[in-house]
Amino acid sequence: MSSRTTDEKLVYMANQIATFFESQAEGTRAQRVAEHLRSFWEPRMRDRLFEMMDRGEADDLKPLARKGAEIWRAHGQAVPAHSEEE
Amino acid sequence: MKDFLIPFDGPGGTGLHDDTDMGTPASTSTRTVTLRIDGFEVTVPEGTSVMRASAELGIEVPKLCASDNIEAFGSCRLCVVEIEGRRGTPASCTTPVAEGMVVHTQTSRIKKLRRGVMELYISDHPLDCLTCGANGDCELQDMAGAVGLRDVRYTPGDNHYDPSGTGARSQAEARLRDPVGINNPQFLPKDDSNPYFTYDPSKCIVCSRCVRACDEVQGTFALTIEGRGFDSRVSAGMKLDDFMTSDCVSCGACVQACPTATLQEKSVIEIGTPDRAVVTTCAYCGVGCSFKAEMRGDELVRMTPYKHGKANRGHSCVKGRFAYGYAAHQDRILNPMIRDTIEEPWREVSWEEAISFAATRMRGIQEQYGKKSIGVITSSRCTNEETYLVQKMARAVFGNNNTDTCARVCHSPTGYGLGQTYGTSAGTQDFDSVEDSDVVVVIGANPTDGHPVFASRLKKRLRAGAKLIVVDPRRIDLVKSPHVEAAHHLPLRPGTNVAVVTAMAHVIVTEGLYDEEFIRTRCDWEEFQDYVEFVAEERHAPEAVEMLTGVPAEELRKAARLYATGGNGAIYYGLGVTEHSQGSTTVIGIANLAMLTGNIGRKGVGVNPLRGQNNVQGSCDMGSFPHELPGYRHVSGSEVREVFESLWNVKLDHEPGLRIPNMLDAAVDGSFKGLYCQGEDILQSDPDTKHVAAGLAAMDCVIVQDLFLNETANYAHVFLPGSTFLEKDGTFTNAERRINRVRRVMAPKNGYADWEVTQLLANAMGGGWTYTHPAQIMAEIAATTPSFANVSYELLEEKGSVQWPCNDASPEGTPLMHIDGFVRGRGRFIRTEYVATDEKTGPRFPLLLTTGRILSQYNVGAQTRRTENSRWHEEDVLEIHPHDAETRGVRDGDYVRLASRSGETSLRAEITDRVSPGVVYTTFHHPTTQANVITTDFSDWATNCPEYKVTAVQVSPSNGPSDWQRDYEAQAEQSRRILPAAE
Repeated sequence: MSSRTTDEKLVYMANQIATFFESQAEGTRAQRVAEHLRSFWEPRMRDRLFEMMDRGEADDLKPLARKGAEIWRAHGQAVPAHSEEE
Repeated sequence: MKDFLIPFDGPGGTGLHDDTDMGTPASTSTRTVTLRIDGFEVTVPEGTSVMRASAELGIEVPKLCASDNIEAFGSCRLCVVEIEGRRGTPASCTTPVAEGMVVHTQTSRIKKLRRGVMELYISDHPLDCLTCGANGDCELQDMAGAVGLRDVRYTPGDNHYDPSGTGARSQAEARLRDPVGINNPQFLPKDDSNPYFTYDPSKCIVCSRCVRACDEVQGTFALTIEGRGFDSRVSAGMKLDDFMTSDCVSCGACVQACPTATLQEKSVIEIGTPDRAVVTTCAYCGVGCSFKAEMRGDELVRMTPYKHGKANRGHSCVKGRFAYGYAAHQDRILNPMIRDTIEEPWREVSWEEAISFAATRMRGIQEQYGKKSIGVITSSRCTNEETYLVQKMARAVFGNNNTDTCARVCHSPTGYGLGQTYGTSAGTQDFDSVEDSDVVVVIGANPTDGHPVFASRLKKRLRAGAKLIVVDPRRIDLVKSPHVEAAHHLPLRPGTNVAVVTAMAHVIVTEGLYDEEFIRTRCDWEEFQDYVEFVAEERHAPEAVEMLTGVPAEELRKAARLYATGGNGAIYYGLGVTEHSQGSTTVIGIANLAMLTGNIGRKGVGVNPLRGQNNVQGSCDMGSFPHELPGYRHVSGSEVREVFESLWNVKLDHEPGLRIPNMLDAAVDGSFKGLYCQGEDILQSDPDTKHVAAGLAAMDCVIVQDLFLNETANYAHVFLPGSTFLEKDGTFTNAERRINRVRRVMAPKNGYADWEVTQLLANAMGGGWTYTHPAQIMAEIAATTPSFANVSYELLEEKGSVQWPCNDASPEGTPLMHIDGFVRGRGRFIRTEYVATDEKTGPRFPLLLTTGRILSQYNVGAQTRRTENSRWHEEDVLEIHPHDAETRGVRDGDYVRLASRSGETSLRAEITDRVSPGVVYTTFHHPTTQANVITTDFSDWATNCPEYKVTAVQVSPSNGPSDWQRDYEAQAEQSRRILPAAE
């Protein structure tokens, strides 16, 4: 697949992350999506995702991805970030 | 191994340690034996040969067929000794020491015997010593001197050296007698088919060292002794073969082993013998072999593997041993160049003008588009010190965290997966560990091609009885090669790694083969129970995933059982694991397998990523990733930032920067406008070439620092000439976390080492850096990075190399990780749900393309394509199964069109059953092919590592290059125009 726009890629990537954490034990899945996003996403990617969510342009986001993104937005710096070493 | 005098000033000078050939391999016995040799008492390990025990005393017993990297052979009869109480004159190489033994190495009887043996050798050897390529570096010559041979009494008769058959004693004399004739049926002409060395049968003494080196050290078994008695000859393959057409892989072990000029480097024949040597580290793959760069003046005569190198133990491959010609290639760019737009030709300018131009442009971009509009890409081919400076440039000078490295596109999932499970982003073992393995699992790696020296060490262990499991879509050479055969080959469908690894875990869990004691002691028990619940589900059973993976269930079960119960189990993996949309998940799955079976924390076990480039590990360690400061510490940590802020006197950004794919996306979107790219060629190496080109074309300032005008430079505005590993000091860190010195052996041809160029640019942008030697940069790394705390050039000179962590807890480094506990505390089991890639096959694109590398070429080929290695691989070819070829009307060698949803290219087809039906394979070494026009922008969920290994494609007959290839060639030609500097 090619020629996807950056917006499409952002939603796709967020969904990939959510897909992984969907398979993990229940309880902290959304929190862990938020942690992953905060650990690895650059601010302009974050800001654009939030903007798309606000404008209704991120309808393809999986519920868990959306929930994770919302936790990230709500708690900002309070969401822990992780290096590759825990 | 050839001995010749190298000026030796010990540690701190050339880096050389004692290079004496001890004659036979060291014994590993812990019991000792004491004996007397020539009146001196010596105590050595049981099993040591008399020859080696003598060498320990400094007594050099004459020898020709013995060398300490191959087993004793006892054929030359030169090393005979007398032993009190024993009859005869036994060969000291094949005679083990015994308690109380009394040996005499020099008696009148022995001297006479040796002289007689030597006389026979010389009677069938040309007396052309003064004009011989090995003059001064010939063991035969040395031994003739050592035994005091002063005359050859035999009249010329049947011999192998005189082509004229006229009784000449030298080939020079033979040519005078008969300039054109070859009248001697025993004479064979020189084989110079190999681009790097010659084979001259007329100088061969049939000692079999070359054959044994090929067998025992390299493990290729390409050479043999053909014929018997006087007809005995070294032969590469069958009688009609020469070295080039044989199975020889040009590792150089035979040349290294040869005691005469029979196998001789062409460079030595051309230049002469070297007069000094400097120990340094190979700049090719992640094995990180130590070499002696053997010099005459400032000319590199040859590279020979350093016997004390702890990664390679004296062995080499065709790339490190011979493919260094690129360093002096005419294509190297030695003058800085600039241009306003990429449509213009390059203008050669002074360093000052180039640096000023680059700095002004980059600062201008930041003023217009913001601080975060520029970034850097560090190089996994450059040294740790250089990489550290480039990431420092982004963080401290640019003021952002937009730094990434080529590990993004290879082993970033290793960092994530092992970091999450074990707590450290690196392999767990040293390479020596394989010698204690009982079962070796190779997943998604092709060591004989990608990591050849490790492959030789692995094959040696396999020949000694260890079992092998290969998980790979292709039938790689390890599956079946001389004296090596995999117990199980699981030829999985590309993209199903997670399903296979999870199914192996299912077998281990459901059949009760896991190591409960290890898990209870070392891992988080609750997480283990959660994992067991997940993995035990029937949907993960081999039978349940067989249709999906293509791996026969019973074969998978047997493989899992063998890994779990076969003794020390070690896993080695490569990019076939990481370069998938689930790359990180597979790494986690591999880590789970090792924890399940207790295969962590001792010799012979572990999880071992085989790193692609020489300094992938180091570039990651040095903080090249946009979310981590050196030592894998997240940028959000204020305490960590403060360490660097106080030292660098700047405020650091606390949020992650852009990764390479994000940089390119942002460039296309208009918010990322400037890039400093050191030593990487992202246009050729990164996926979805058209998107990479669009991103680069959208930038206002692309600075490329490289040896050559690479493909990325077609889109650059500033070109800063790079320096080779021969021209600078520094360190590389290999796949086993080993920090090895790189030593400058000649002045940089461009005037500056790469770290100096980075400093020039940083200072032009206000950096205020004052480094005068890379040792100072390493000192800064050590001062700021806990796992490097004790690393210094002084320690490296003393120890040769060290493996991180190297700090107060492990002052001399850490060969094995996680011995008493995991770095993160308790090992963490994580569920590994298989998720199919979204890159689907279908009617338009029914085949799966997977990409990789071959032995003779390296990465994008920028170095190896500029050497004779291209004789083995002149172009990328497409491997296709006979069934798939037949249904498409494709014949072997035909030009075919390879098309995906991303693009298309054309290349020649090679029909082979190494690949399964439905799978095709190619390499990405040649820009004329541009294999990455085909690959997609799908990537690993956690790290954005591209999914190179799975692309849905179609193959059809073609007449020639695709439109893209034609357009690209024209554009590249335009872009590479250079206007020389005005005089």
